[in-house]
Amino acid sequence: MSTQAPPAPTCEVHNPTEQWLRMDRIPHIWCPGCGIGSSVNCFTDALEKSKIPRDNVSIVSGIGCTGRTAGYLKLDSFHTTHGRPIAFATGLKLANPKLKVVVYSGDGDLFAIGGNHFIHAARRNMDMTVICVNNMTYGMTGGQVTPTTPLTAKATTSPYGNFEEPFNLPYLAESCGAVYVARWTSFHVRQLSKSIREALLKPGFTFIEVVAPCPTLYARRNRLGAGIDAMKYYREQSEIKNGAPTRDVALGFQSKIICGKFVDTSRPTWLEAQVQQHRAVLGDKFTLAENWEGVGEPRED
Amino acid sequence: MKADPKGVLTGSHFIDGDHACAEGALAAGCRFAAGYPITPSTEVVERLASRFPTVGGIFIQMEDELASSIAILGAVWGGAKAATVTSGPGFSLMMEHIGLAVMTETPCVIVNVQRGGPSTGLPTLPGQADMMQARWGSHGDYEIIALSPDSPQECFDLTISAFNLSERFRVPVFVMMDECVGHMIERVVIPDPDEIEIVPRRLTDVPRGGEYLPYRLDGDLIPPMTHAGMGHYPHITGLTHDERGYPAMNAETQDTLVRRLCDKILKNADDIIEIREDGVDGADIVVVSYGITSRVCLPAIREARAKGLKVGWLRLVTVWPFPDRLIRELAGRVKALVVPELNLGQVYYEVERCAQGQATTHLVPHAGGAVHDPEDILRVIEEAAR
Repeated sequence: MSTQAPPAPTCEVHNPTEQWLRMDRIPHIWCPGCGIGSSVNCFTDALEKSKIPRDNVSIVSGIGCTGRTAGYLKLDSFHTTHGRPIAFATGLKLANPKLKVVVYSGDGDLFAIGGNHFIHAARRNMDMTVICVNNMTYGMTGGQVTPTTPLTAKATTSPYGNFEEPFNLPYLAESCGAVYVARWTSFHVRQLSKSIREALLKPGFTFIEVVAPCPTLYARRNRLGAGIDAMKYYREQSEIKNGAPTRDVALGFQSKIICGKFVDTSRPTWLEAQVQQHRAVLGDKFTLAENWEGVGEPRED
Repeated sequence: MKADPKGVLTGSHFIDGDHACAEGALAAGCRFAAGYPITPSTEVVERLASRFPTVGGIFIQMEDELASSIAILGAVWGGAKAATVTSGPGFSLMMEHIGLAVMTETPCVIVNVQRGGPSTGLPTLPGQADMMQARWGSHGDYEIIALSPDSPQECFDLTISAFNLSERFRVPVFVMMDECVGHMIERVVIPDPDEIEIVPRRLTDVPRGGEYLPYRLDGDLIPPMTHAGMGHYPHITGLTHDERGYPAMNAETQDTLVRRLCDKILKNADDIIEIREDGVDGADIVVVSYGITSRVCLPAIREARAKGLKVGWLRLVTVWPFPDRLIRELAGRVKALVVPELNLGQVYYEVERCAQGQATTHLVPHAGGAVHDPEDILRVIEEAAR
């Protein structure tokens, strides 16, 4: 009987996400139990399944923990200033409408300092997908209160509990004109991936909120346990209600989390409206911008 | 490369500086502009909003100047030549993105039609008090280029120069107009497109999917660019970065990067700097001025010369980078340097610094809201002569 050990397997095993990552920048900076990485896995899975060519996808982030996402993805990736990724993405998209432009940032970046750009890009139906990882705190600067911190939750700058009414992000997005609005938690990986894929393939301003834990700051300060406890909370307290009226999906402190696809509608994007208006008024004098072939033609969706 | 005829309104026009600036942008190949209304600059974007749809350009009125100043950076990485236009308060809001443009080496043009400040100040009246803000307004060490037109014709010409310089050096370039020049109506001659020299963007020749490092130098201090969609997957960040574009937050990388960002301008300063002069050789006193003030000082110089004084006229077409060597050498040859400007001393202190005590230096301050009375400039020239 041979005492030799069986030969070691020769095939290398790769995580399917690796091909979308700048592996020379791994390990990343995110803490154990953080939800941003799970959301990135869902994003790359959605990207893969969307069949959109890699060369046509640009990712734009602001500043903060989620703002580091652009730097880890092997795409044309832009790490901009605090709060302004949507405004940068607007210029990028208009200069080359063939690009699928994704804004990936956090709740503080997109809704405090960047709130103005969010509401106007949604109003314009600017063609982009905005993914907000909502961990209800400023992680990078050490756990301050944000516009989505639930009432009574503690943060370093609301040490006695938050008393400011937070934004209900899906309601805000819908009110401002987003054509696609969904919310999932970092526990709902399959649903989140599917939603991101739908949003990527849909023209116009599409928005996805990803409720995700910050075990290091938000959870610890509020004595909510580790990352695993957040997963248990998401599993037990989430309720999927596709099509729920967004006014009814506000989040409270450790409250029930209504998830689902809330809005999926259609109206002309900024690019289409611009071409249609100018063509109608200027007639033959109108000159379509370079790269804009096909913009403003009728579409089916 | 010559200008695209589509954007060039060849002919003789009677237009103001704001409109001439817009035509300069069109002639330079600018096909994206983002702006927010602000007096006295708005006419520039109004003209672009009207003209762009006929030449394949895109104008978008953004929600504020923060948005405008970064939307143009996005457009540049998308492949466009892009500009934004503003005045004092809007300029203040743009400062963070000037830093981002410097750090990411994004070529772009920012026009500031200066008005009286601080704060809301004098929205409809002239000033030249943003000159130091253009130089130092964003945080950190950096170098930029700023041009100062003194007529509608130069608003056209220098806007083209601004685009060309921004592409050559991958740096934001400022066209520092003022309310007078912006609203002054004069003859503006727009040449044939084949007489307008255009600097195209210097793109990498690395093929799609090849190994492209966004900040690897190739022969000079200015790395070749790429655009989104070219298959190079660059990472572009405002963080201190290495030649891969990856964040590298340490003193060594910072030193290498920040010094190069400064050196690419400073080491080419002689090539960048443009001045105009009259009667400087053999002068005892030279009036150093820029923008509208370089025209306002002319009657004072004429009067002083009529009184027998040897007075020269030196106009800074390029204010930043500052012509250090030129002023230093000049100060060694003359008795006095007189600096009138529509502020309480900005470029004056640069002149004083470069003069190194070789000549006396004399500020003719004005808080803005009007131009100088030439009599006030004459008085200082005469004082300097004593």
